[in-house]
Amino acid sequence: MAKSKPRVKVPKKAAKGDLITIKTLISHKMESGQRKDKEGNPIPRSIINKFTCDFNGQVVFACDIEPAISANPFFEFSVRVEESGTFKFTWVDDDGSVYEKTADIAVQ
Amino acid sequence: MRTRRTGKGGTRAGIVVAAAMCSMGVLLVGSYVSAEQVNRLTIEDLTIETRVAAPEGHPLGSELISGWEFRTPETQVLQQDDFQNPAFLWVEQAEEAWETEEGAAGKSCASCHGDASESMAGVRAQMPKWNAAAGRPMTMEQHINACRTDRMEAEAWKWESDAMLGMTAYLGLQSRGLPVAVQTDGPMADWIARGKELYYSRVGQLDMACANCHEGYYGQYIRADRLSQGHTNGFPTYRLKWQKLGSLHRRFSGCMKQVRAVPYKRGSEEFVALEAYLASRGGGLSVETPAVRQ
Repeated sequence: MAKSKPRVKVPKKAAKGDLITIKTLISHKMESGQRKDKEGNPIPRSIINKFTCDFNGQVVFACDIEPAISANPFFEFSVRVEESGTFKFTWVDDDGSVYEKTADIAVQ
Repeated sequence: MRTRRTGKGGTRAGIVVAAAMCSMGVLLVGSYVSAEQVNRLTIEDLTIETRVAAPEGHPLGSELISGWEFRTPETQVLQQDDFQNPAFLWVEQAEEAWETEEGAAGKSCASCHGDASESMAGVRAQMPKWNAAAGRPMTMEQHINACRTDRMEAEAWKWESDAMLGMTAYLGLQSRGLPVAVQTDGPMADWIARGKELYYSRVGQLDMACANCHEGYYGQYIRADRLSQGHTNGFPTYRLKWQKLGSLHRRFSGCMKQVRAVPYKRGSEEFVALEAYLASRGGGLSVETPAVRQ
């Protein structure tokens, strides 16, 4: 897939103090850099190397991604929400591209 | 905060299988039919029939079993949630392509077919379908390309291109849960007979036919993998090994290479005939497109 496209699943609303589950998926070939093409030349590494999730400007989940992660990386994690706000998801590509997606949640 | 990182699906499943094999040894073989297994394939409240009674005299015996049943729980779970099913990355792209005008005629798929959820419901279940004008059965891929070149006057898509895989998955999705019901009489009878002949013909240096594995030994291990009955109801399938969607004809090619035969070309008469025969063989099983496999 030429263009990386992120998908996120965040509940639209939650009760105060709830533990919510967030799922994210992004399309990416995640070329490890370990493989060779038909002529025997190494295929250069091209992966997403960092993923972060901010909530109202504060980091709630972040990780570095290594070449062993499969294509189309999927992350699932839980966050306790105390107030309404916006989740911002960021993926950083080896080539410098940054893919972003936001999702709002209303906390009652 | 609890976190879970999902790494290479195949590797993960492989470790679990290896660990299980060490502790359980031979017990694991054949456990797919154990009475304890109660998990059923449901996707967003839609129940998919993964086991149906076979018609009288079916070469597979009494029951037709979807490939989903032969996979490890980790792989099965991926198919139960459309969000976790990576095939939906392609499906989403195809949804956009459906509305996009392309080609000299200035048409999109939607210009003629309207809402895919209505016009395409049940279409995948009948594939490959006899085309009177062409005088041969045509697969989903061939129907799409016929539309593209003849009506849209656009360039045909390559068989294994992301655009084609996405569109076949998107159209197949509209039939998800419906029973596979391919035409077997009339002009299709010859093609199905030809497919059957291919199915039982030994090929390659290993001198093996499809039936040697998928009819004679389904449910047993071939190295770390469990052989399925070889049904086609989940294609195009997101395969963890491929790390992408793949067509049924790619799977055929893979099997043929494994028995060290020279595969037929994708879209060739041989593969279309084989596809038709397999669809008739798996008649009654629910369409699972896009499925997730190991």
